[in-house]
Amino acid sequence: MKTKNNKAWFLILPVLALVAISAVIPLITVVNYSFQDSFGNNEFFWVGTEWFQELTQSERFHNALQRTLLFSALVLLIEIPLGIAIALAMPRKGFGVTVCLVLMALPLLVPWNVVGTIWQVFSRVDIGLLGYGLASAGIDYNYTQDVADAWITLVVMDVWHWTSLVVLLCYSGLVAIPEAYYQAARIDGASRWSVFRYIQLPKMKRVLLIAVLLRFMDSFMIYTEPFVVTGGGPGNATTFLSIDLVQMAVGQFDLGPAAAMSLVYFLIILLVCWVFYTVMINYDQAGQESTGGRGHG
Amino acid sequence: MATIELQNIAHQYDPQGDSAYALNNISEVWQDCGAYALLGPSGCGKTTLLNIISGLLRPSEGRVLFDSVDVTSLSPEQRNIAQVFQFPVVYDTLTVAENLAFPLKNRGLPKSQVDRRVSEVLAMLELTHRAHNRASRLSADDKQKISLGRGLVRTDVRAVLFDEPLTVIDPHLKWHLRTELKKIHREFQHTMIYVTHDQTEALTFADKVIVMYEGSVVQIGTPPELFEKPRHTFVGRFIGTPGMNVFEVNLQGHSAWIGNQEIKLDRSYELIDGPVELGIRPEYVALSPSEGVAARIVAVEDVGRHLVVRTQVEDQTVNVIVKEGSAIPESPHLVFSPDKLNVYQNSCLAEPKVL
Amino acid sequence: MLELRNVSLQVQGETYIDDVCLTLERGKLNLLLGPTLSGKTSLMRLMAGLDTPSSGEILFDGESVVGKPVQQRNVAMVYQQFINYPTLSVFENIASPLRVARLSRSEIADKVARAAELLQLKDLLDRSPGELSGGQQQRVALARALVKQADLVLLDEPLANLDYKLREELRSQLPELFAEQGVVLVYATTEPMEALALGGMTACLHQGRITQYGPTLELYNQPAMLQTAKSFSDPPLNVIDLQVRQGQFRNGGTGNGFQALSRRYENVPDGDYHLAIRPYHLSLSPNSDACLEFSGKATVTELTGSESFIHFEFDGNFWVALVHGIVETSAGQDVTFYVDTGNPFLFDHEQRLVPMPGSGS
Repeated sequence: MKTKNNKAWFLILPVLALVAISAVIPLITVVNYSFQDSFGNNEFFWVGTEWFQELTQSERFHNALQRTLLFSALVLLIEIPLGIAIALAMPRKGFGVTVCLVLMALPLLVPWNVVGTIWQVFSRVDIGLLGYGLASAGIDYNYTQDVADAWITLVVMDVWHWTSLVVLLCYSGLVAIPEAYYQAARIDGASRWSVFRYIQLPKMKRVLLIAVLLRFMDSFMIYTEPFVVTGGGPGNATTFLSIDLVQMAVGQFDLGPAAAMSLVYFLIILLVCWVFYTVMINYDQAGQESTGGRGHG
Repeated sequence: MATIELQNIAHQYDPQGDSAYALNNISEVWQDCGAYALLGPSGCGKTTLLNIISGLLRPSEGRVLFDSVDVTSLSPEQRNIAQVFQFPVVYDTLTVAENLAFPLKNRGLPKSQVDRRVSEVLAMLELTHRAHNRASRLSADDKQKISLGRGLVRTDVRAVLFDEPLTVIDPHLKWHLRTELKKIHREFQHTMIYVTHDQTEALTFADKVIVMYEGSVVQIGTPPELFEKPRHTFVGRFIGTPGMNVFEVNLQGHSAWIGNQEIKLDRSYELIDGPVELGIRPEYVALSPSEGVAARIVAVEDVGRHLVVRTQVEDQTVNVIVKEGSAIPESPHLVFSPDKLNVYQNSCLAEPKVL
Repeated sequence: MLELRNVSLQVQGETYIDDVCLTLERGKLNLLLGPTLSGKTSLMRLMAGLDTPSSGEILFDGESVVGKPVQQRNVAMVYQQFINYPTLSVFENIASPLRVARLSRSEIADKVARAAELLQLKDLLDRSPGELSGGQQQRVALARALVKQADLVLLDEPLANLDYKLREELRSQLPELFAEQGVVLVYATTEPMEALALGGMTACLHQGRITQYGPTLELYNQPAMLQTAKSFSDPPLNVIDLQVRQGQFRNGGTGNGFQALSRRYENVPDGDYHLAIRPYHLSLSPNSDACLEFSGKATVTELTGSESFIHFEFDGNFWVALVHGIVETSAGQDVTFYVDTGNPFLFDHEQRLVPMPGSGS
């Protein structure tokens, strides 16, 4: 309900132009490719929905999709509870707050390919601290050859990289809880678990929803880090959708199927986002109904 | 139900620093089953005192005793008290009935006992029809009732403490909730301590009111005592709407002189040094066309049930309460009921000379 | 002059303001009285231009201001929560609107000094708001509104978060502060006593509609609707449902005790009515011949030293009486109250006031 000032629209024109060139036009091109086949040499001819039909039956696509979903699930299952636990343990007042916040922010500041490189070298059996250490302890660890080891390495790397985001989001939710709630809980004789379950968790619902959404999206789209560490290997054990897509488009130069796959990929993410958004809006409305008292007077 | 005793309680929020004392040496005994109010302006220390009694705050000095047992080091749940806060504190994800059952469940009581007690309290608070609604969906005053209910549900609760609980409630519902509290107190006889800055709330609720100012207790008394004989001009001004009139006078034997005008007192006071003030409540000043102290009318406010006439006498303000529909005389004079005049020296009530 | 013509506001299917028509004059104190969630804040936001109405016109001095951005309108607003710029000193806080208006340094210093003088902030000019008490912070907010010399000043329950006594103090100063400037002053409150103390004109709001608008005392003495009488009563209004059959007032089966009322209100058509009695009109002894009698059992008595509030119950009605002095009662004690028939208000089944026959206006 803002008052109207139409001149503001003109300020958006440069940005619109930029977005058009960098995003909209390439997107349309991709859509275009997805309905065509090419034989190198820029010769294209229409094949309709053939690529999409092939995709629904392609074992390669389904495997890559399953791997990506498994990765996202694992990552969420570990990062969300761990993030909540760390946020609960962080001090809410005093000197320790700044120290903790800075420590938590550090992993988020590292560029993603550097994250990949760090863990790649770290885990190498010959020169990596972790790899060498595990080998001398007698543990059989080799992420370039063993599927399980590769997966473990990638999951641990992602947890190291991104748990801080969950921590910071949950922390902001926790800090907003007024002291009186904790006091009332003490007086009611509530156990630590009850305080968490009946006060802290409900109050954190909204930020948790955001955290889950962000982490799902990012982990579903993950590319740089696993590419740097395992390159998709061993074999195709860690070939996620994004890596598969790039292999097809750039490696094999199969633009048609690659375009179709990237569109389907994009639509899946869009669908998930829409679901989350709807849930959040409904939750917001339910929340607004219940705020009686001096809100909108 | 407990007799609460405070021995030399003093509290400083920042012991290392040089911050002032929030509470200065308070020693009081509060009887079992009484309804008490801690009344005072913001920053006088009343909430600090309440939190010390409840155990949420550990005093820098002094001891707190419940029924002669030292509880200073005990936590709130160990002291078995209940506290209702300024804004409603309810567990959003639970229903009303589950909210009330929460403290009992935490103590491991059997289900049948819990259910019985919960329905009793629901009836007391008139919330039975909402027992299975989500607590988050209720209005602010119903939520406050739930907060109160959680405190009352424990039959062995020693005292119920209220920290300005009606702040977020509408004026109409304030009345209703206040009378509910009074009824509950009458029926169940819990020791109740109520913190507020609203003197109407304090006076209507409590048997005894403790007036506080800047960390110290200024006066304790029943509402009529505080009204008739405030021991300090602060108490006089703080209680009553408008508060007591306090103006400077010169004392001479049986009379007080304001400028050249004489006010006759009903007894003689020792001639004392220092500023002397006369205090009288606006309810006990009358307007007359001729006799009394001449005054100038500054404003007349109609507040419905009566008129408040604001007058000036020799540059000092004197307020008069006059009945609805009364005539205001042309040249107003003020008549003071002599037995309602209080003499204050250095802001404290002065005793009359015993003849 | 601020004029609202048929202003309505709907948000997501819910009506917050319903067909409001108001004319607010300059130089007068205009009060918005109503319970929480009755629409006072929504209406003020519409007046300020922070929100746009779904329908209707808002005119300031004859010119439509709907759609005009707030920055271009000369409006000042003070909120319930003390809102000041936390990082600026008190001086800078008060000076902020003047700096936006690009006044010269000496002019700014002059105006700030005058506002600070009026609101007793002279010694606090170089402190920051965080170091001030609640009352002082709100005075800074008021000074900032004062110094802007806006045409429209909106005060949204500005004293609600302050101590009782502080509220009394500031309340008496407020009207004078803005009086000289000839502004349209709008003050929202939930407390009827505050409205009476401030005077001026009052618009009574209930569920987004204006139930009555006029001089405050007139609304108090002549409430046109039952809802206005209810909003304007502190302690709560005592209401009883009556029926008129063949010219006689009765309550349920019996017509006893209401003959005095029947005599007072002759020629009233048959139907359902509501009788509303202010608590201080109930007295323990009859003070005239034409009195109504109500007998019941006392439930609770509250003493304030100067007054006693006696809550009593009869026939399922829960009433409260305000008597002077200290009257102690025990729970269950029989009590009888008398009301002179000239005092209550009679409302018909549509909750409109039935004027008392033979009385002046």
